[in-house]
Amino acid sequence: MRARKFVAILACSGLSLWSAQVAVAQQDDSASAAELRAELEQLKLDYEQRLARLEARLAAMESAPAAPAPATGGSALSDKAFNPAISLILDGKYGHFSNAEGLRDLPGFQLGGESGSFNNGLILGESELNLQANVDDKFFAAATIAFESDGDESGAAVEEAYLQTLALPDGFAIKAGRFYSGIGYLNGIHSHGTGFADDPLPYRAFFNGRLADTGIQASWTAPTLLYAQFGVEALSGNSFPAAGAANSGVGTRTAFAKFGGDFNVSNSWLASLSYVDSNVSQRSSGGTAEESGIDPLFGGDSSSWIASLVWKWAPYGNPRDRNFRFTAEYLDRQEDGVLDLDGVTGTYSGDQSGYYLEGVYRFHPQWSAGLRYDTLDADNRVFGLGTPTVLDDNRETPKRLSAMVDFWNSEFSILRLQYNHDDSSLNRDRQWVLQYIMSMGAHGGHSF
Amino acid sequence: MRSLLLALVPLLTLASVPVHAAVEIFACEPEWAALADEIGGDKVSTFSATTAFQDAHFIQARPSLLARVRRADLVFCTGANLEIGWLPVLLRQAANAAVAPGSNGFLDASQSVRLLDVPTSADRAEGDIHPNGNPHFQLDPRNLPHIAATLTERLQRLDSGNAAYYDERLAAFNARWTKALANWSTKAENLAGMQVIVHHSAWVYLEDWLGIREVGQMEPKPGLPPTASHLAGLLDVVQTSDVKAFLRASYQNPKAASWLMDRTDIPDIVIPHTVGATDEASDLYAWFDDIINRLLEVNR
Ligand SMILES: [Zn+2]
Repeated sequence: MRARKFVAILACSGLSLWSAQVAVAQQDDSASAAELRAELEQLKLDYEQRLARLEARLAAMESAPAAPAPATGGSALSDKAFNPAISLILDGKYGHFSNAEGLRDLPGFQLGGESGSFNNGLILGESELNLQANVDDKFFAAATIAFESDGDESGAAVEEAYLQTLALPDGFAIKAGRFYSGIGYLNGIHSHGTGFADDPLPYRAFFNGRLADTGIQASWTAPTLLYAQFGVEALSGNSFPAAGAANSGVGTRTAFAKFGGDFNVSNSWLASLSYVDSNVSQRSSGGTAEESGIDPLFGGDSSSWIASLVWKWAPYGNPRDRNFRFTAEYLDRQEDGVLDLDGVTGTYSGDQSGYYLEGVYRFHPQWSAGLRYDTLDADNRVFGLGTPTVLDDNRETPKRLSAMVDFWNSEFSILRLQYNHDDSSLNRDRQWVLQYIMSMGAHGGHSF
Repeated sequence: MRSLLLALVPLLTLASVPVHAAVEIFACEPEWAALADEIGGDKVSTFSATTAFQDAHFIQARPSLLARVRRADLVFCTGANLEIGWLPVLLRQAANAAVAPGSNGFLDASQSVRLLDVPTSADRAEGDIHPNGNPHFQLDPRNLPHIAATLTERLQRLDSGNAAYYDERLAAFNARWTKALANWSTKAENLAGMQVIVHHSAWVYLEDWLGIREVGQMEPKPGLPPTASHLAGLLDVVQTSDVKAFLRASYQNPKAASWLMDRTDIPDIVIPHTVGATDEASDLYAWFDDIINRLLEVNR
């Protein structure tokens, strides 16, 4: 309504202006009559054209529905205006393992505390509460609280709590707080968002699942048609693999470069190269080795490279009915330093690598199936301790083959059955896992 | 570590921001790309994030789209939660402050129209995807002038040097669209009261405009895939009404419609839901021409 009135006023003022001009022109006797006439004709033409345009605009508005009301609470971006988007994810697992009581250490690797995977029976996996919102026009903030119960123990832990800038110029962004590092591909994905019920061996061995730490990240996205992002991070080093290093509060530093694009309308890719450098002090295993007393404390330097490749296929770019995702990551780590086993010191030099290959095929809107192969290789040199430790690789190459099938009632409820043919520890294991993932609340949207 | 950082330096300098003359528009759907071309002419360069054969509810936040959002001067989308699964991710990860929601560089078309089917409560048991009202409003051509006016205003703010040019283009569009609207209304007179069954609740605005009656949907709830029992129920609906056609969009799986077609004499037709969805729907005008032609053909 207001728009129509505005147009009418505009049209009237245009008309009166025109007549005023005409009046002025007529009174002026001294000017050349021809010149004036030409000017007048021009003016007339101008205003006629303008009027015609206004009339057209008015007509278009009249034929359109009455004054549009803004969408009630309608917004492209938030599930609830102003409130943080809240989601709760319940991730539960039931395991049946042939090697129920056995050790699950990976020969040649000192593992972090959480990486001991799970045992027989029903367990509450990493259920998490996620809150996120644009704080204002300059900042986005998110927090993820994970609830875990492991036997008698249960508790909550801050998995992520960070802010991210939204308004830095020229493609720069800063992230600060506790967050999942930008390295690799899988590292940025919460465990309930992956294709399998457990993490691939290299992530378990190198990063205790994920590299998550407190610190700051700076990144820059290039203004190119090829997607290119570069980032560096300075992290406290309180998390594995640094394990509480006191290096003026910056125990871990990372750098990464990511590139991506489309091969065609159905095929897309993302590739990245990442580097992690940590100063390690007093690191011990959090796994079962701790109890067996062959776990030395390690201090020194740990640096890893990660090469990642993701290829996704979706017919004509529609992933909903059918899609295929292939992921491959290769990790390589070099560790050098000193070992301490109950006062006896020795030296340690480790050359370790691992990779996983994973394919997940969605063959029906509600069903998908996947296959994964993951393996590790350690070539460690330990001198001076005199006793065998978890770092002795025993010429073993841990490996595992997994198959899974999952059912999606909707994208908010997933049931998954997984089988692991697990030869990763010294005791071979045949594992069956039944998993459910229930997502409630806001729909966060997924990264590629 | 240091060597890696040093290696980054040439890459950083290499990608110095190019100065582009045209306003770069990232349109979420082909119809907005077409409208942007209509108003922006040669002063803009447009890119559509989805094709006419993609379901805009469910595409992925691909790296190629991140790169496009990073370069965009204006992001022009449907809104009303249509793109909720991927657009927020793109906007957050593309590090482009110029197109942040709330800025001049972000245009949510749903803010310029009146939404239909606005639910009184949001419950995922009722299907997931239209919690703020039905976002498929591009199918009522009476909505386009409102959106065109908003777009013009945005273009003028982003590129004030060409303000008069955009005004002229808008006026020309409005004049031509008004004539076209009148033609379509006359041509489609007989479609009023026509009964249809649709795949997804994507046609309410078209129905509202032409007076078409929707007597069933193949999706049991918006966004949930058709089930056998639900389709069997639709056969009963067909018995008791005078359904002329099963309507679906070019990106929708034809299986459910074929199943129904095999058990009735009613044709299954693809109605272009956007520009380019059929060979005939080559621009904004041809798009609605084709919609009406296809409906008239089955409404005998
Ligand atoms: Zn929809």
